[in-house]
Amino acid sequence: MTADAPGAAAGDAPGTEKTVAEVPRGRAGEPVLRLEAVRKTYGGSVVLRDVSLEVPAHTVTAVIGSSGSGKSTLLRCANLLEEVDDGAVFLDGEEITDPRADRDAVRRRVGVVFQSYNLFPHMRVLDNITLAPRRVHKVPRRRAEAEALELLARLGLADRAAEYPDRLSGGQQQRVAIARAVATRPRLLLLDEVTAALDPELVGEVLAVIRDLKEQGMTMVIATHEMAFARDVADQVCFLDAGVVLERGTPQEVFGAPVQQRTRDFLRRLTQAGRL
Amino acid sequence: MTVREEAAAPDTYKPSARRIERERYRRARTRRAFAVAAASSLVTGGALVALVVGSPGWQRTRETFFDGHYARLALPKVLDGLWLNLRLLAVCGVVVLAAGLLLAVLRTLRGPVFFPVRALATGYVDFFRGLPLIICILLSAFGVPALRLSGVTPDPVLLGGFALCLTYTAYVAEVFRAGIESVHPSQRAAARSLGLSSAQTMRYVVLPQAVRRVVPPLLNDLVSLQKDTGLVSIGGAVDAVYAAQIIASRDFDYTPYVVAGLVFVAITIPMTRLTDWVAARMSGRQSQAGAV
Repeated sequence: MTADAPGAAAGDAPGTEKTVAEVPRGRAGEPVLRLEAVRKTYGGSVVLRDVSLEVPAHTVTAVIGSSGSGKSTLLRCANLLEEVDDGAVFLDGEEITDPRADRDAVRRRVGVVFQSYNLFPHMRVLDNITLAPRRVHKVPRRRAEAEALELLARLGLADRAAEYPDRLSGGQQQRVAIARAVATRPRLLLLDEVTAALDPELVGEVLAVIRDLKEQGMTMVIATHEMAFARDVADQVCFLDAGVVLERGTPQEVFGAPVQQRTRDFLRRLTQAGRL
Repeated sequence: MTVREEAAAPDTYKPSARRIERERYRRARTRRAFAVAAASSLVTGGALVALVVGSPGWQRTRETFFDGHYARLALPKVLDGLWLNLRLLAVCGVVVLAAGLLLAVLRTLRGPVFFPVRALATGYVDFFRGLPLIICILLSAFGVPALRLSGVTPDPVLLGGFALCLTYTAYVAEVFRAGIESVHPSQRAAARSLGLSSAQTMRYVVLPQAVRRVVPPLLNDLVSLQKDTGLVSIGGAVDAVYAAQIIASRDFDYTPYVVAGLVFVAITIPMTRLTDWVAARMSGRQSQAGAV
């Protein structure tokens, strides 16, 4: 795929070296993220209906489904950008949907990468990445910058540290956004259709970075249209249809032997479109 | 990595005869257009001068408004007064920018605790944006001394400046608020997702982008402020306008006003050009940035 797939190509064994994905430990046996009968409506329409999901530590969950099926909303509920109407979301066993929970503390533990990158256009790449470590985690500037540069080097962007985001290609911007999200060493990383806005030839470089993060043990929830990638990388696939989890299981189960008719229809449409 | 640079092949391009001919034609057309513009300007200008100078009232008009003797008499005094206007501009400008920014930020505070703060800030802006500046100055320069409060200055410069600050803070707060609201919500979402508090989000993500965007309208307001410093003369402060008024009302010749007016125009023009330049530069940069 891409020549610059960082880390993975270098062949360093995970754990022998301090990595950006070095994650704090949660309670043993407790999934990192757990959704329990989550319901979310916008105006009159139900976007998430009775959604339950468990994401164990160091696993990757791919959330698939057509546009408007509620994938993004599910992710936004998991870091409290949206409030759930009913049900509960647990992070390391702690209910974060409790109105008494400290939202900022929750968000410090959950990284998000958006479809539209949302880099800060007035800051250089390096400052985008060091903002949260410096201001939120109070890491001294020197150390934050050294770590950010190391991170950029892994992502093949070492020479872009001093650029402003608008000078980068979409794929580069999205890799910077990923670097920004993992620079705070989050417990959980949420990726919301991170390749959907990219030109096809730039998709690979971003997916390579995500694969690398998986190797390093990052716990991730990925909303995606890249079925081949989901099948390849995910430990668990969750098919969302009109706000309902229709199918959940290993990639082999969901892609190989879907139980629901609608899942079969969805996969057939993708196959016809040449996406699977 | 997306290395797109290709090995540059040695360029052996030579412009074709077609291109050379096109460029020659374009140059000729530019020269002709230039000549036409010059001739047309000369004719129009000459006609205007002839019209003004030849009109029956010109002699009297010139004596009343463009008298060389009074112009020479007024200029040094007007310039003396102008120094006061410039100092007022500097001090009021700083105060207004700081207070306006503070007010705009106060209006964005969320949460029930801040309701009174929000309400007061909104009320302030509504009131002083609607209140004519001249009334504000009259109230401040004449009304405040009438209270005979101990420790409060009766100085018309300070009181006039105070009134200017009150009014312009309201204008500038609205400009800043528009800037803050123009920052896309996804920027805020990104910052909050990183764990930044709402104050940190405002400080590091929203305000830097907002302030950059409103530089042109802010400069516009500063140009207005520069002119309106002349209104402190109402309270009796001897600025450029009042200096001109002293001479004009003594001799019933209005040349000093024209001198003072031209002086204001002369210092406003560079600032307006600066505003245009900054605005053009920024819109250029934005279109280059595209939809980020």
